[in-house]
Amino acid sequence: MAKTATYALITSQTLGSATSTLTLDSIPATYTDLKLVISATASSTAHHIFFRLNSDSSSNYSWTNVGGDGSTPGSSRLSTQPEGRLTYAAAVRTGAPTQVEANFMDYANTTTYKTVISRNGRASDGVEATVNLWRKTPEAINSIYLFTTGPSFAAGSTFELYGIEAGNAA
Amino acid sequence: MSITSIKTGATGISAALDNNFMEPIVTTLLTTSTATVTFSAIPQGYKHLQIRWLARDNYASDASDAIIRFNSDSSSSYTWHQIVGDGSSATSYASTSQTSMRAGIVAGSTAGTNVFAVTVLDLLDYANTFKNKTVRNLAGYDKNGAGQVALNSGSWMNTGAITQIDISPRVGTTFSQYSRFSLYGIRG
Repeated sequence: MAKTATYALITSQTLGSATSTLTLDSIPATYTDLKLVISATASSTAHHIFFRLNSDSSSNYSWTNVGGDGSTPGSSRLSTQPEGRLTYAAAVRTGAPTQVEANFMDYANTTTYKTVISRNGRASDGVEATVNLWRKTPEAINSIYLFTTGPSFAAGSTFELYGIEAGNAA
Repeated sequence: MSITSIKTGATGISAALDNNFMEPIVTTLLTTSTATVTFSAIPQGYKHLQIRWLARDNYASDASDAIIRFNSDSSSSYTWHQIVGDGSSATSYASTSQTSMRAGIVAGSTAGTNVFAVTVLDLLDYANTFKNKTVRNLAGYDKNGAGQVALNSGSWMNTGAITQIDISPRVGTTFSQYSRFSLYGIRG
């Protein structure tokens, strides 16, 4: 039987108060990809959004980024990091929200390292795309820990996690 | 005007929300090396299509891109633009009147074990016979010390409804085992 609608909401969280961390856990392994949608502002100081998968804080993360700030395009990279990164050129600030869409591809397989492809932007800051690699011995992603390096996400910031199921084999 | 829910069969204005969703059509998961992935007999009842892939090929380098053709058309009907970052600089590329469209990123054989490139590709208004077809994609790979992330757009200068999509490595000759290509329809 052909599969019907996908892009199912797994969890949706709207912050009732400022916080610098958020955990999305107990992620079921029943989908093919995950999509994380964030609309966030800072409670005071500008910051960036980092993540860890399955509580892994070892140096298993790396990322490559391309973006533009309205005058200059650029690209950056960091390797062997203890966390992944979703924002680089377009920070989370007070006022206008930063929008992030991150795709965790084939998140439940135990064959490949996990690659996260994301795009984000903020008016008056910039627009960018980032690819992250998680190099821990392949395992299914069951939790996503989002955090800043100190400053907080403001109350009202939203975080939605969706599951996307692939179609039947050809 | 009566609206009927595709999901439940219920009628009413609120049923309109039921008719805007993403539906998995088919997935190709490679169990062996494959030169071309083909989606054929694509249903025409959606508004847009999306392809999500995790891919690697036999190109003896870290990565390259794929090429796409529609409805077996290999005439000079394709154009594309790209901006790509490699960790140190952002570069833009473009080409017109090509026999295929460059799209996405595919990890090569030197990308490292277990590293696959990913692509999310949107094909807008694919069944509309009054418009040339527009494609956009977000793609990337990282191998801890090297990598690329790219935004592409492309156009097929043909107003025909898309019924078939062929995806092949641009430089390599075969996609590798465990590569996965998934096609989705988006109703609207």
